[in-house]
Amino acid sequence: MATVAPDRLFGKSIKRREDPRFITGQGRYVDDLKLPGMTYAAFVRSPHAHARIRKIDTAAAARHPGVVAVFTGKDMTGVNSLPCGWDLRKAKNIPGVVQDLAIVPHMPLTSDAARHVGDPVAVVIADSQEAAIDAAEKVQVDWEPLPAVTVTERAAQSGAPQLHADAPGNVAFKWEIGDRNATDAAFKGAAMTVKKRIVNQRLVANAMEPRACVARYEDATGDLTLWVTSQNPHVHRLLMCAFVLGIPEHKVRVIAPDVGGGFGSKIFLYNEEVICSWASRRLKRPVRWTATRREAYLTDAHGRDHVTDAEIALSRDGKILGLRVKTTANLGAYLSTFAPAVPTFLYGTLLNGVYTIGAIHCEVTGVFSNTTAVDAYRGAGRPEACYAIERIVEAGARGLGMDVAELRKKNFIPKFSGAYQTHVAVSYDSGDYGAAWDRMLQMLDYKKFRAEQEAARKQGRLLGIGFSAYIEACSIAPSKLVGALGAGAGLYESGKVRVHPTGMVTVFTGSHSHGQGHETTFAQLVADKLGIPIEQVDIVHGDTGSVAFGMGTYGSRSASVGGTAILMSLNKVIEKGKKIAAHLLEASPGDIDFSGGEFRVKGAPGKAVPFGAVSLTAYVPHNYPEGLEPGLEETSFYDPSNFCFPFGAHACVVEVERETGNVRILRYLAVDDVGNVINPMIVDGMVHGGIAQGVGQALWEGAVYDGQSGQLMTGSMMDYALPKADMLPMYETDRTVTPTPVNPMGVKGAGETGTIASPPAVVNAVVDALAPLGVDHIEAMPLTAERVWKIIQGAKGAR
Amino acid sequence: MYPAAFEYHAPTSVKEALGLLGKLKDDAKLLAGGHSLIPMMKLRLAQPKHLIDLRKVAGLTGIKQDGNSLAFGAMTTHWEVESSALVKSKLAVLSEVAALIGDPAVRNRGTIGGSLAHADPAADYPAAMIALGAEMVCEGAKGRRTVKVDDWFKGLMTTAVGEEEILVEVRVPVLPASTGAAYLKFPHPASRFAVVGVAAAVTLDSKGVCSKASVGVTGAGTKAVRAKGVEAGCSGKKLDAAAIEAAASKAAEGVDVQADLQGSVEYKSHLCRVFAKRAITEAVKRAGG
Repeated sequence: MATVAPDRLFGKSIKRREDPRFITGQGRYVDDLKLPGMTYAAFVRSPHAHARIRKIDTAAAARHPGVVAVFTGKDMTGVNSLPCGWDLRKAKNIPGVVQDLAIVPHMPLTSDAARHVGDPVAVVIADSQEAAIDAAEKVQVDWEPLPAVTVTERAAQSGAPQLHADAPGNVAFKWEIGDRNATDAAFKGAAMTVKKRIVNQRLVANAMEPRACVARYEDATGDLTLWVTSQNPHVHRLLMCAFVLGIPEHKVRVIAPDVGGGFGSKIFLYNEEVICSWASRRLKRPVRWTATRREAYLTDAHGRDHVTDAEIALSRDGKILGLRVKTTANLGAYLSTFAPAVPTFLYGTLLNGVYTIGAIHCEVTGVFSNTTAVDAYRGAGRPEACYAIERIVEAGARGLGMDVAELRKKNFIPKFSGAYQTHVAVSYDSGDYGAAWDRMLQMLDYKKFRAEQEAARKQGRLLGIGFSAYIEACSIAPSKLVGALGAGAGLYESGKVRVHPTGMVTVFTGSHSHGQGHETTFAQLVADKLGIPIEQVDIVHGDTGSVAFGMGTYGSRSASVGGTAILMSLNKVIEKGKKIAAHLLEASPGDIDFSGGEFRVKGAPGKAVPFGAVSLTAYVPHNYPEGLEPGLEETSFYDPSNFCFPFGAHACVVEVERETGNVRILRYLAVDDVGNVINPMIVDGMVHGGIAQGVGQALWEGAVYDGQSGQLMTGSMMDYALPKADMLPMYETDRTVTPTPVNPMGVKGAGETGTIASPPAVVNAVVDALAPLGVDHIEAMPLTAERVWKIIQGAKGAR
Repeated sequence: MYPAAFEYHAPTSVKEALGLLGKLKDDAKLLAGGHSLIPMMKLRLAQPKHLIDLRKVAGLTGIKQDGNSLAFGAMTTHWEVESSALVKSKLAVLSEVAALIGDPAVRNRGTIGGSLAHADPAADYPAAMIALGAEMVCEGAKGRRTVKVDDWFKGLMTTAVGEEEILVEVRVPVLPASTGAAYLKFPHPASRFAVVGVAAAVTLDSKGVCSKASVGVTGAGTKAVRAKGVEAGCSGKKLDAAAIEAAASKAAEGVDVQADLQGSVEYKSHLCRVFAKRAITEAVKRAGG
């Protein structure tokens, strides 16, 4: 496909069309739904991290006024385990990849044992939310508490409490990628090797809107409608119907209306929506559930949680000869929907970074523990890869005594377009890593900064700079490849364009907007392509009742995959429109041009018919081409030929307060290359938000479990520190533009770049700030003031 | 996030409120803004059967000067303290403290009496009240009594208020001449509560020597306390940097520092010393030193 020339609205910062309804309180969220006969669910959850269930007594709860039903796992006969949608055992023919996987049962209501705090064991359904919650407190569970393991490094050690009979030693999988022998050889021949322990802590997504669902079964028709906070309603429907409940897919409609953020946590099929759907069928009444923030902390899939030993081999002049990575990934108590893919194919395949590396080998062990399940969280595997590389590269440079910027520059993959084959299976699409890097250094004025730093150090101030040259993989595809990696689904997208008789357009996209602004971005594409005002375009998403089967939004895939599917349908509309116009203008279809909203006869000025006249003719086909179907509606499914690989260069300047260890960010610079940009303001917003989340990980956020009791200690916003506006600097951003050859618009994806790039930039900056004290590495995040203060206290140069 | 069922009462006089309290006793909690109690009830950590809302009780709001003190009605919101011209002119430090509490939503609902009666160990007011030598006026069936701040905080979220008494007024002496006061805290990045907060009031004599220092510490322990060692270290000294540092080194003495997610004993003790130093330094500067 040829590259489309950016024209009218493509590249313009159109204000988000969805915002007026959001900022005036007129969004329609799941919890806003009111249905006649509604019932309300409250879940009884385990207070223990690990405990056998001896007996559950529901009698008192059932007698509570207003209670409609109380169910435990034993009532849910015929209901299957929540499925794992990525089976590593099925991965095949990927050079260097070794894998297996223990698939363990994950019942919607557990009957034998609870395996993490918050694990649901019963549900109370009542006429009011209050009655459901009050009655849930009356459910008596006879617990036999068991020892728990929550710490990543301990989960697979001998003697650790065992979670699942099917996963001996709590090992979910062992996975390898790369070339072990070549890597060993590279390390043997290296002038210098540096090995560091690098911990990527567990995070909680914290979408602004908690998860919620309403299930309504209609007995008369056998139809079930599920409104759910989902990033991918078709996937929700498929998994729930085909794998868990065994109900006919065509009798189920899943609607994800306005959804207030996801960051990945709303991709997955969760216990609660399955239970509410099942209960609605059983009770023949609508059942509603909305998570409290406490439930969100305890049950939304968590992110990250890696412990990694990373090792870099360098030549004396700073060439990267080899990279060796051994990671333990904590998957939590159960396998969440796509959990096995995140620390494997979304992680190990990114370890080549933006560098020419001699050889790479990576081993990952996935372990179960008595913690909330871990799955994709903004970036999903790629932030962990970027963090490991960008930290070990700086450690390597320090080991060699070489400037961290110079070492990177020495190793960048030279500019290319088409294909760069990495050592870890994937092939990059296009890149010009040095250009983004140089632009960032220019904005920074690196030499000047180093001079300022030198002066500051003389005054005893701890000023530091850290970098991150990142790569990200988005719009994962093609389906055939992801199938070969073990995915249970394809990764294409659907886009249907319905032109109405009056020339108004409704687009049905399989992508789902929960903050991304599709109603604006996609409308820009349509308005441009059809030459009509943007007001004539509506974007519909999130409803399996009207949208063709789609895969949804995650992994920065909406513009590149969802947008291209829409573009394909627009091309079909125009092709058909040309036939109609040719008939009306008494010309041959081959002689018709379409631009500016008009079909024109080439070389015959004045012989033209507007788009609206053609659409009307399509639906009132009195004067119409012989043999052509009436109507103007086209559907396309786009399955890309490859991933897209955005990249960029970030830098962070910090000052550490010696007395308290408090880290203050003085400057944050980001030069991103996400290919062509449809709406710069929306992309800027994504970059800003992503950086905030990444800085949050670096400095403040972290899910902390008590090592003994297994309780989540950071289970509220009073304890889990999300970044606030006044904790962040004004960002200095720019872009370079390297279009991808993969899709016709040349767009790559922008949703996750900030969370991927920023943690290593911030941590590297703190290491640099503390360098005069003799600090050359920091193992764990977040860099809370206390952690930094203790590092300062322990540093040899501090006294 | 639904609290357990409770009965709501909205008396309009202190007498009526005391009557309810006398009748309902332990089953009742007083509601004075609700930015601590309501979240605890939503989490069902607190499940009072009755709530006695003081919102409509006459005479519990407003700030007035009464002799050498400012008198704050217990239901005066943090925002009223923060924005009051009277407070800014007579006790500017208290306006600064109020401005550090929570966020605007909290400050528009939360009250000075509610905060001091709740006695959260990480609240901001307690340290300032200690440094400023405040008095709490409690009213019961037998009338009013005044409790000095040093006798007020009894332990974790417990105060000297009687079971059938209501804190109705907080009296804070205006700053004497040649006195500077400051409150500085290390806020928790999530809650913005004080991991450690130190308030200091320092009076200098004509030679610039400290004639009186009053220092309160909040956040580190189970209750806010007076840092007597620091006060003694300041008194009679010319407070240069070295003297302040030496005095501040006693800031964690007498504090039952608790290790928790907010910090270890070692770190919080250190922060007590750092923030004592900073608060005293600022107070001395403001005193004209």
